[in-house]
Amino acid sequence: MRPIAVFAALPLCALLSAAPVRADDNVIIIKHFMFNPMDITVPAGTDVTWENQDGEPHTVVSVTGDFRSEALDEKDKFSHRFDTPGTYKYICSIHPRMVGTITVMAK
Amino acid sequence: MKCLAFGGAGTLFTLSGGILMPSALGQTASASDVPLFLQISDTHIGFNKDANPDVAGTLKETIAKVNAMAAKPLLTIHTGDITHLSKAAEFDLASQLLMDLRAGELHTVPGEHDVTDGPGTEYFARFGKASDNRGYYSFDHRGVHFVALVNVMHFQPGGLGAFGAEQLAWLKQDLAGLSASMPVVVFAHMPMWTINESWGWGTGDAPEALSYLRRFGSVTVLNGHIHQIVQKVEGNVTFHTARSTAYPQPQPGAGDGPGPLKVPPDQLPHMLGLTSIMVKRHHLFLSDSTLA
Repeated sequence: MRPIAVFAALPLCALLSAAPVRADDNVIIIKHFMFNPMDITVPAGTDVTWENQDGEPHTVVSVTGDFRSEALDEKDKFSHRFDTPGTYKYICSIHPRMVGTITVMAK
Repeated sequence: MKCLAFGGAGTLFTLSGGILMPSALGQTASASDVPLFLQISDTHIGFNKDANPDVAGTLKETIAKVNAMAAKPLLTIHTGDITHLSKAAEFDLASQLLMDLRAGELHTVPGEHDVTDGPGTEYFARFGKASDNRGYYSFDHRGVHFVALVNVMHFQPGGLGAFGAEQLAWLKQDLAGLSASMPVVVFAHMPMWTINESWGWGTGDAPEALSYLRRFGSVTVLNGHIHQIVQKVEGNVTFHTARSTAYPQPQPGAGDGPGPLKVPPDQLPHMLGLTSIMVKRHHLFLSDSTLA
């Protein structure tokens, strides 16, 4: 019975260690044609970084023109500092179905 | 009348009885069959991933295939994504390679990969002069009216490609004075009908543009963007997308998203190519050929 119990515990361990996988709050991973997380909230003065992990290039383009990355190839990164509280919507200008929002709170 | 050939480097368009039809390169034997024009698309110069580590090489092969044609056209169109990342060095290499193409005047429209740096930058510095930096323009060639449109500059979040109100007003005006018997060729990067909405393979305000074109007896709509051939006929309007010279993409909706499709190396030449268009008695004939 004992070996069985050990095996049964393994998936639970994996689950527990996977749960806090919450990456750095200020990093947005671009993968499988999605911004992940799609929506984040940060205090004013935060640098937010996007990293493209797709083989296809993506961009980070503010809908209101506040920021714009170059085309990010695989592994390229882009950072922008958000100093002013507000809601910032952005898209990938190559694949405009990809959308995200940065909400900036007053400190 | 020639059939679409699914193995060659491009599509050749002929005008026959007012309708543009495709025909295969190398299959139009008669010397009188001079193509009206050629279409190449999605050269993606700068791409270097597994799906094709040598996109400059496959563009060179395409150019060599065209240059070996017995009868060469006086016009070639490039339906966008000339470059992969809109970089100056990529545009420089693309221009250098395309200079070797002996197939008449080259007319272009931008793809979304060409304008990631925003309006008025690399693409427009090189190709914007003819259109006063708008990117869209028209011209006549051998009795056919050609309209170049831009549907990659007015994206809305979550949306498809778009022309925008200003361009649509221009198009309406541009077509207003033409006889309905004049064949019209419209070319833009993204498909002008919705092939897959969730992948953005369509143009949201294309129905408005098509409403201006419906009165014409022969309309041919040519696009790229999806790196594979999809076509349909609706009344007098023939829709056709060209292959890429760089890499294939999955069939609509198959897989994670519209990214490069890795195929076995021996399959790749079968999936790259161009389109050639012939005119005969006012009918346009399209033919696709691959690099295989």
